[in-house]
Amino acid sequence: MVASDGRNPAVTPGAGRFARSSGRRPTAKETAPTIATRPLESAVWAALHDVHDPEIPTISVVDLGVVRTVETEEGRVRVQLLPTFVGCPAIEVMRVAVEDRLSEFADNVSVEISFAEPWTSERITPEGRRVLRESGFAPPAPQRRTSVLSVLPVLPVAECPYCGSRNTTLENAFGPTLCRAIYHCADCRQPFEQFKEV
Amino acid sequence: MTTEEARLPTRQLIQPDVPTFDRRTLKPEARDAVTGLLLTMADDEFVLGFWDSEWTGIAPLLEEDVAFSSLAQDEIGHARVWYEMIAQLTGDGADRLAFHREPKEFRHARLLDHPRTDWAFSIARRWLYDTADSVRLAALAASSFEPLRQIVGKVVREERYHLMHMDAWMRRLAGHDGEPRQRLEAALAALAPDALSVFTPLPGEERLIDAGLLSAPMAELSDRWRSEVGGLLKELGLPAMPDGRPSADGRDHSNPSDSFRWLWGEFTSVARLEEGVQW
Repeated sequence: MVASDGRNPAVTPGAGRFARSSGRRPTAKETAPTIATRPLESAVWAALHDVHDPEIPTISVVDLGVVRTVETEEGRVRVQLLPTFVGCPAIEVMRVAVEDRLSEFADNVSVEISFAEPWTSERITPEGRRVLRESGFAPPAPQRRTSVLSVLPVLPVAECPYCGSRNTTLENAFGPTLCRAIYHCADCRQPFEQFKEV
Repeated sequence: MTTEEARLPTRQLIQPDVPTFDRRTLKPEARDAVTGLLLTMADDEFVLGFWDSEWTGIAPLLEEDVAFSSLAQDEIGHARVWYEMIAQLTGDGADRLAFHREPKEFRHARLLDHPRTDWAFSIARRWLYDTADSVRLAALAASSFEPLRQIVGKVVREERYHLMHMDAWMRRLAGHDGEPRQRLEAALAALAPDALSVFTPLPGEERLIDAGLLSAPMAELSDRWRSEVGGLLKELGLPAMPDGRPSADGRDHSNPSDSFRWLWGEFTSVARLEEGVQW
């Protein structure tokens, strides 16, 4: 099957190096009976679980809380994504991956970036937090309210994803990607990354 | 190169990162004033982001190499959304604004005209800018222009980490007598005359305030900032920022500085390799 713009839909970030290797994706034909027996919208949400964060390929865009809304009508799907950080380079990759993953559901798929509400680390689902921990990332600490100019003498505490210790220190608020900070665990002496609390 | 790699950036150029909005929600006079405000914010973040990136590979600690590269990425990302918003308001192009203007057309604050210099200088400048930017963002947090207000709400959460990091470095440098403290004091003394330039009064400022786009005039924000930074300076036994109001020419680059000309040459070098190239 070749899409009308000449692209091979099998070569997508969702199926390629950006995603967890989860085997072959079912084709539209194979999933069609499922779609027919439940609303298109929930089928779209289910499909979005196949699209992963390119920077942490074990977590889906749904569990990361990046998907804001899904709207469906006959022949049309509209999705809004919230960037984790304004300058996040992965959002482009996610947008294209979402477009490609959803192309089987409608001729008209639009994926928009939205700032209508800020993405916050509170949006990560319990499943997302579990997956992060399992992948060696500390999930973000619960949110604390601070004033704009507060100098934050109290730093957030992260739980070591390896040994569960809270005897950890923030080494660097800036890690390998915009959304990650670097910690060190004093008990198991492992450095680890935390998905930043924003 | 795979099909996938070849096509991702092309789409990136097609679709702007800023949600589209109806520019007619702003009256033409307010639109000009907002454009002016956004250009100052975009240029501030863009120029500072490139100065930050000058530390990539040569910061005094590996951790700071990572941190300053991340700060640079944040700021250039913020600049991008502001340039894209201007592009929607005026029909201009974000890439043209970023890479195809002459040095004299930039509107960044004079504080950001200084070169990277030494580590203490970069920390002092960043701390002065981050604190000033926070006061400015707070004055936009309730803006009547919704697309602006939404992005400010997001940016503020990121800038909190910049403030936290700079605060820690100010304390670290000031707390070590001898060279670290001496260099910090020298940097603050050299930068103090330009610190208020972030609050240079904007053309059409009263329109912004009347329309509920900005909560207070820049001169008032500069007073607010001086008292905010006064706390830490006093605690660290450092001189307070000088009294006075921002001068009108704090963002005038009709005679660009040598350091900015040099930086401009760096950040436009790729765009100038081949005119009109798309990647």
